[in-house]
Amino acid sequence: MINLEVPKKFGALINQAHQAASEVFRPISRKYDNAEHSYPTELDMLAALIDGLNSSGEGGAGAAGERNGNAAKASEDGGTRNGANLATVLGTIEMCWGDVALLLSMPRQGLGNAAIAAVADDEQLARFGKQWAAMAITEPSFGSDSAAVGTTATPDGDEYVLNGEKIFVTAGERADAVVVWASLDRSKGRAAIKSFVVEKGTPGFEVVRLEHKLGIRASDTAVLRFDNCRVPKENLLGTPEIDVKRGFAGVMQTFDNTRPLVAAMAVGLARAALEDTERILAEAGVEVDYDKPANSQHAAAATYLELEADWEAARLLTMKAAWMADNREPNSLEASMAKAKAGRSVTDITLRCVELAGTLGYSESSLLEKWARDAKILDIFEGTQQIQQLIVARRLLGKSSAELK
Amino acid sequence: MTNKPGMTNKHGPAGVRGKRDAMGFGVAALNRVAGSRLLDRVGLRKPLERVVFNSARTGFQAAGATARTFKKAQRLGKPARLTKPSSTGAFDVTPTEEQQMIAETVREFAGEQLRPAAAEADTNAAPPDGLLARAAELGVTTVGVPEELGGLGTERSAVSGVLVAEEMARGDMGLALACLAPSAVSTALSLWGNADQQATYLPAFVGENVPAAALALQEPRALFDPRQPHVRARRTPDGYRLDGVKSMVPLATRAELFVVSAELEGSGPALFLVEANNQGITVESEPAMGLRAASTGRVHLDGVRLSGAALLGGTGSEALTDCVRLSRLAWCALAVGTAQAVLDYVIPYVNEREAFGEPISHRQAVAFKVADIGTELEGMRLATYRAASRAEQGLPFARETALARKLCADHGMAIGNDGVQLLGGHGFTKEHPVERWYRDLRAVSLMEGAVLV
Repeated sequence: MINLEVPKKFGALINQAHQAASEVFRPISRKYDNAEHSYPTELDMLAALIDGLNSSGEGGAGAAGERNGNAAKASEDGGTRNGANLATVLGTIEMCWGDVALLLSMPRQGLGNAAIAAVADDEQLARFGKQWAAMAITEPSFGSDSAAVGTTATPDGDEYVLNGEKIFVTAGERADAVVVWASLDRSKGRAAIKSFVVEKGTPGFEVVRLEHKLGIRASDTAVLRFDNCRVPKENLLGTPEIDVKRGFAGVMQTFDNTRPLVAAMAVGLARAALEDTERILAEAGVEVDYDKPANSQHAAAATYLELEADWEAARLLTMKAAWMADNREPNSLEASMAKAKAGRSVTDITLRCVELAGTLGYSESSLLEKWARDAKILDIFEGTQQIQQLIVARRLLGKSSAELK
Repeated sequence: MTNKPGMTNKHGPAGVRGKRDAMGFGVAALNRVAGSRLLDRVGLRKPLERVVFNSARTGFQAAGATARTFKKAQRLGKPARLTKPSSTGAFDVTPTEEQQMIAETVREFAGEQLRPAAAEADTNAAPPDGLLARAAELGVTTVGVPEELGGLGTERSAVSGVLVAEEMARGDMGLALACLAPSAVSTALSLWGNADQQATYLPAFVGENVPAAALALQEPRALFDPRQPHVRARRTPDGYRLDGVKSMVPLATRAELFVVSAELEGSGPALFLVEANNQGITVESEPAMGLRAASTGRVHLDGVRLSGAALLGGTGSEALTDCVRLSRLAWCALAVGTAQAVLDYVIPYVNEREAFGEPISHRQAVAFKVADIGTELEGMRLATYRAASRAEQGLPFARETALARKLCADHGMAIGNDGVQLLGGHGFTKEHPVERWYRDLRAVSLMEGAVLV
C-alpha cells in the first residue's frame, strides 16, 4: 500500500540524530567554519555514542552505510522492508540539518567505512570495521572519469606496492585508514582497478597538504602521496582477479550505496535553510498559504513554495532509492536520480534562501550563507550533477558508456 | 481595462498600436485576397471552415443539456461513506495488488481507446461517439462509490483515483478529462452528499447509462482563487438563487448534472448540485489551447433557482476546501500521466533520429534532457502519491498537495516544452502528439475543479 510517510518505527532514531545535530553540531557550526583545519574535538564524545548505538543495532545516525544482510524483516512492515538503508538516510538527513561538514568529520563514519561495509569479507571486516576509513579515488589528472586511475598496485611477494597521488580525500589526515583505488595492471583498463586499505603510519604513505575550500570547511580535504607504499595482500577489498567481463562493477557498487547518502545530506541541509528562511520571512510579514494559488501570494511566498516543492521531490526520491536497497531491488537509476535532483536543488534552495533573507542571509550573523557555501560540494562529490545525468540518461535510453559518452 | 497614458506603447514603437495607417490597410486587404486564393491551392479550405465553425459555436449559446429526471431511489438511514484504508506505517511505494490490477486495466484502455482517438478528438473538440459509455463500463465512475450504493468501492482511496487518472492521461489528457469528468461528480457525492442526495443522484452513476456530469469550480478571471468564487448564491424562501459564470467546464454542453461552487451570502463558499435543465442555465462552448477533446465550455448561471436540498457538504467551507485540494491532486495525476507519455515517446525518437552520423541521443545536450525529464517526472509522481496517500489516511494534506501541484505545474510544463524541443520541427507538427501534450500540460497550473480523486 502506498504510504510515503517517515516510518514511525524510526522515530527514536531520528530524534536522537536530531538532538545530536541540534545540541552538538549547531553550536559549533560557525566555530569550525572559521577555524578551518582544526580538529573538532567535540565530535569524539558523539562518535563514541554513535558506536554504541550502531553496536546495539539501532544504527543510522552516521554515514557508515549498510553491510548487506541485516535489513529488517518484511513481515513487520506489511510486505515491504524498511531497513538499515532507509534508517541511515533518515539519520543522515537529521545530522546534516545540523552540519554537513561536521558529519563528514565524524570519526568512523567516513565513506571508506561505507566501502568496507559494502565489499569487505568477514576477516577484513573484523580488522577494519572499527577503524575510521577515508576514501581516496580522485587524482590530479582525473575527476569524474574514475576508470582513469593512475595509481598503481604492483604485487611483490605477500604485498602490493602502491605508487601515486590522490586528491580530495575527505578526512584523509584524521582517519585511521584510507581505502585507495589503484590499478593492478594499467593495460587492462577498468577491470584492473581494485580498492586497498592503507593504514595510517604505513611507510611511504604521506599527507602532502590540506585544501582551503569554499564550504564544508570543518571537514578536512587532504592530498595524499603513496611512494613505494607496501600493504599486505589481505588489504585488497574484494577479489584480486582481473575479470574483464565484470569490469568495474565491484568498485562502482560502492556508489549505489553512497549516492543516496549524499542526496540525504543535501535534503537535510536544504531543510535547515528552508526552516530559517520561513522564520525570517514570517518575521517580515510573509507567510505561505498552501491553499491559495502561488501567483496570488507575495512573490517571496511563491518562491518559497517552489523551493519547498523541489525539496519534497528530492527527499522522496532519496527515500525511495534507500527503500529499494532495503528491498533488494537494483537502485542504480533511482540513486542517481536522487543525487541529481538533491544536488541541484540544494544549491538552488540555499542560494535563493540567502537572497530572500537579504543581508540577514548574506552576513555571517546567520548560518544561511555558510549553508549556501556548504551546499555546492553536494552537487559535485560522489559523482557530479553531469555524471548523474549521464547515468540516468544511459539507463533510460538503453545506451552503453561507449555510445553515450 | 482602460488605457493609461503611455501604457499602449509599452511593447511597441510610439504611435503604432491602436491605429491602422495607410500601410496597414493595404496589408490587410492584400492578406484577404491572397488568403482566399491560397486556400484552395494548398487545400486549407476545410481546416479554415472548421475554425469558422468553432468560433460560431463559441458564439452560440444553448440551454443546458436536457437531463433525465433524477429520482430518489431507496434512501439509506445515513449517507454511505467509504472507510479509511489502514497503513502499517511502513514507507512503501508499491500500490496494492488491487490497485495494480486497476491501473493495468486502465492502461490498456488508454492505450487502445484514448491514444488512437486523441488527435481526431482534439481537432473535433469532442470525444468519439460511445467513448464515455465505454469508460463508464470500465467502472471509472463506480470505484469511488460505496458498495451500499451500488458502487465498487470498499475503501476510500485517493491513491486509486490518482493511479486511474495517471494511466488515463498516459493515453491522452483531453480524453482522460472527458472520461473522468462524471466521476468527479460521483466522487463528490460519495464524499459529501447526504443520504437524500446520494439516493437521488448516485444510482445513475452506477447504472447502465451514466450521465455526463461536471465539477465546475473554475471561473473566467486572472488570479482566480477557487476558495473565493464570484458566482453568488443568495438565499430564497425555498432554497437558493445562483448567478455567475463558470469556465472550462468539461462536457459542458452535454452534462446533465453540475457540482458548482458559489459564494453563499452570509456563510462563505459552498458547493451546489445543479441539474442542467434548470431555468437560467446557458452553456456555450469554450474551446481552448488544449484539453479540447473534453468539449470544455462556459456555464452561465442567471438567476438559477435551486431547492434547499441542493447544498452539497453543508454551509461550512470544509467540503469546498477539500474539493479544491483533491481536484488539484487529480490534475497532478493527469500531469504525471501526460509527462510519462512524453518520456515514452521521446526515448525511441531520439534513439532512432540521426544527425551527424549517429543517433541524437548520443549527444549529452539531448540525453541530459531525457535524464531530467525522467528525474523530475519521478519526483512529481512521488509527491502526488504522498499527498494522495495522506488524504486517504485522513492526515492533513494541504501542504503536500500544494507541493505536488507546484512540482507538476512547473516541471510538467517544462517536460511538455522539452518534448517538443527534442523532436525539433517535427515536434511542432501534428504528425506527432508532443505538440498536443505541450498544449495540454499548460492547463495543469491554472485549472481548478473538473476532476477529483
